[in-house]
Amino acid sequence: MNSLTLLMLLPIVGTVVIAALPKANETLTKQVALATTLVVAAATIWLAVGFQRDNVDLQFVQKFSWIPSFGINFALGIDGLALVLILMSTVLAPIVVLAGWNESLGGRWSVKTFYILILVLETMMIGVFAATDVFLFYVIFEAMLIPVYFLIGGYGSGERSAAAVKFLIYSLFGGLLMLASIIALYVMSGDQGGHTFDLAALSHLQMSSTTQNFLFLGFFIAFAIKAPLWPLHTWLPDAAQSATPGTSVLLLGVLDKVGTFGMIRYCLTLFPDASKTFTPLILILSVISIVYGAFLAIGQRDLKRLIAFTSISHFGFITMGIFAMTSQGQSGATLYMFNHGFSTAALFLVGGWMISRRGSSTIADFGGLQRVTPVMAWTFFLAGMSSLALPGMSSFVSEFLVLVGTFTRYPVHAVIATFGIVLAALYILIPVQKALHGPTTPGNENLSDLNLREKIAIAPVIAIIIALGFYPSPLLKVINPASAHVIAQMGFTDPAPTNGDK
Amino acid sequence: MEFVAPVLNYSLLSPILILLGGALIGVLVEAFVSKALRPITQLSVTLGSLVLSLVQVWRIRHESSMSAAMGSVVIDGPAVLLQASILIISIISVFLIADTEHFTALAASLPGSDEERHALQTGNQVTEVYPLTLFAVAGMLLFPISSDLITLFVALEMLSLPLYLMAGLSRRRRLASQESALKYFLLGAFSSAFFLFGAAFLYGYSSSVTFAGIHNAVIGAAGNDVFLLIGIAFLSVGLLFKVGAVPFHAWSPDVYQGAPTPVTAFMAAATKVAAFGAMLRIFYTAFASAQWSWSPVLSLIAIITMLLGSLVAITQRDVKRMLAYSSIAHAGFLLTGVIALNKAGLDASIFYLFAYGVATVGGFAVVTLVRDSAGEVTDLNRWKGLGKRSPWVASSFAFFLLAFAGIPLTSGFIGKFSIFSAAYESGAKAVVIAGVLSSAIAAFFYIRVIVMMFFTDPVEDGTGVEIPSVLTQLTLIISLAITVGLGVYPAPILNFITNLATFIR
Repeated sequence: MNSLTLLMLLPIVGTVVIAALPKANETLTKQVALATTLVVAAATIWLAVGFQRDNVDLQFVQKFSWIPSFGINFALGIDGLALVLILMSTVLAPIVVLAGWNESLGGRWSVKTFYILILVLETMMIGVFAATDVFLFYVIFEAMLIPVYFLIGGYGSGERSAAAVKFLIYSLFGGLLMLASIIALYVMSGDQGGHTFDLAALSHLQMSSTTQNFLFLGFFIAFAIKAPLWPLHTWLPDAAQSATPGTSVLLLGVLDKVGTFGMIRYCLTLFPDASKTFTPLILILSVISIVYGAFLAIGQRDLKRLIAFTSISHFGFITMGIFAMTSQGQSGATLYMFNHGFSTAALFLVGGWMISRRGSSTIADFGGLQRVTPVMAWTFFLAGMSSLALPGMSSFVSEFLVLVGTFTRYPVHAVIATFGIVLAALYILIPVQKALHGPTTPGNENLSDLNLREKIAIAPVIAIIIALGFYPSPLLKVINPASAHVIAQMGFTDPAPTNGDK
Repeated sequence: MEFVAPVLNYSLLSPILILLGGALIGVLVEAFVSKALRPITQLSVTLGSLVLSLVQVWRIRHESSMSAAMGSVVIDGPAVLLQASILIISIISVFLIADTEHFTALAASLPGSDEERHALQTGNQVTEVYPLTLFAVAGMLLFPISSDLITLFVALEMLSLPLYLMAGLSRRRRLASQESALKYFLLGAFSSAFFLFGAAFLYGYSSSVTFAGIHNAVIGAAGNDVFLLIGIAFLSVGLLFKVGAVPFHAWSPDVYQGAPTPVTAFMAAATKVAAFGAMLRIFYTAFASAQWSWSPVLSLIAIITMLLGSLVAITQRDVKRMLAYSSIAHAGFLLTGVIALNKAGLDASIFYLFAYGVATVGGFAVVTLVRDSAGEVTDLNRWKGLGKRSPWVASSFAFFLLAFAGIPLTSGFIGKFSIFSAAYESGAKAVVIAGVLSSAIAAFFYIRVIVMMFFTDPVEDGTGVEIPSVLTQLTLIISLAITVGLGVYPAPILNFITNLATFIR
């Protein structure tokens, strides 16, 4: 059997095992979930080792006929871009399980249900990046909403059901617009040589530019809601605030990446001309997202909402990198997706521990944690530094690449976006100062520091952030060929670098 | 004048004849079998006839004939598929009807009278609902295979009259139930009159009552076009009334709410299949060449039906009324299949009808289970926290709702995708866009129910979930299995439909 299919099946096996376990034995359930996600992560790393880096074609390709009357296949295959994102997802999964060991306790339903939802979600996360059949992609894209909806609504806190519904309605609305576009693609493929959903075949469709623009919008709006781009972002802060930290990591770290991934894989590939038409608009929206997200992050009093708004700013950078149409921009955006996954994970997980210890998520309630809980404070500090893209942290590399890639073609946008970095320093350093430094706020004296499990969970995240900050080339070697391929397919060549001597 | 003895092909007509025979036996059983044995005898006769009829439909699946009954009915692929769908839906609905708790002990008695009380106390439960069901199903089987207007009208009445009665049989809230039956009957009579009026004009136009004759007249363009337009318009009113399309939908929320829930399930699912089946046949065969005289209006009706159904459903507080408006929205989606007027549209409509019908019966099966001491609880506010009380029942309801909403991996999604793509293929882009938008609106109220069941805490007001009887469990399991199966791996059924579904003229 194909290794990608196998990878998708592994979490399902874990689900079946968990379903068979006795309800009372919660520890065993957690252990099985952790073991499953670890096996999946190991399998993905093994898959990555076997990946041919310089080959720009899809690899590990597989195709089963699924619904032949509509020409639908269960078709999988990955390029460098998909591999990096699958790697990120499957490495984050065990970290989330271990870090959020007790997250499932405050829920409406049992511990078992929580881990079944997580594992089903993991299968879909792999599938959504690996799908090469547009219909299959859509099915997973929509079906993924259901486990996340129940994770937020069932195990979150505060206004969890309202947040879950808002999330679901936004996403469904975007998805249905995409469905209309997909139907149009399907019908056109029927007129031009047989019904198909094969991505490669669909990218050769002939269509008028008006049609292309409309279909592009159908896809793009769905992805812009997912990724979230200003002004379609309003569901994210609510969802992130209500979800458990682990769910937030999966939501912001992985699910939202489906949006940016979709922009590259579907918008650019299927509608190259429309992408060029809309580039100016999208770049403006990205710049607004960067600055707006940053400003709102500065104003937040709630730690989780703050992290959500920083992400909106970061997604602005990613979208800008994608639509800058240079290979540096593309590579930077892809690397940014990977790094953002880990730096957000670090922020949410450590933030989550702080919140659960203090029993409050208001930043002002913290203070002086540096003295009381030094390890937790330092990890939060490091996570924050990674979020503001300090040199030496992995996100610096990607942010730099995005800015360089954008500057060669759109200098004004790049310059404005650079202010986002300055603002980032503010939105990170202010909460760091308030929460970690200064006198210990009354009520915080007896907070406990990270325990061994938490240290083990956060260590790999910090390690990856720092290691890739100094030596990003293993990932870039996988990403660069794929990015160059996308840009070449679009018919772009990189502009010559701006030379100071001119 | 010489009398010609009609030549009937009994094997092709046997599905209907078996049901009529079963219904007549049912009437005799009602009269002669002791009251202790009556329910079980009736149930076996009814189920037996339905299953036998289904077997017979399976055996004639490759037949195609115009002359089964002197040119009045036509047996072809779509006929077989629609009949099989109706029978399967009826079988799983009969499992629900078997729960006599829902039906009045003596329909003839006045609500609240001594007679009624006496019948209840002595356990003298009449079971006329079974033969009525069989008569209705027989009419439904005839409706989509009729190939002339007279047979079509006879079938329409044959399926409607038993349904009017069945709507009034509820044990609880009998007055509301009888009111709904009367409303259904009166509006149904109106629509029948419209139907006949249209049929008369079509005869005036083409001097023929057969679909083939009308088709030939349309091609020949010999008749008076005004007659054709009036004929199509009035005939459509009758049909649109049956499918519950706006603006002929007003009856459905009241009837859905007033009728006993098992009857609502049966009516909502099976009538829709039969009525859309007939509609597909008449529009695809008789009126196909006059497409430009009806397609724009029908598109407009479809758009209004989808949007209004979805929007009004949001404001509903009663689960049966909500499902009624949802079924109105679905009637709009199904109309896109009629508008498509191509092979893909026909295949998609048949698939959609089957998938939707099965999920509908499943959904109403859950409604029958949520009760307090005074009977069913249909107020949505009292469904709060159902997921906590009985996770399995709530989960299956949630699943049916997701299928109605068209979420991937349910049959509803495949149905929606196929019917919208067929409509898009025929150029009805506006209808598709309206369909997608109203799906988004509809998703909102389906999800709201899921939120109520799972994300709010239960109110202690005596609302509970009945332990499902074996038969209700069967209904739930079968409809869940079909809804999942058609969502995950619809290929075999789709192939089967594609191979069979071709109308013959």
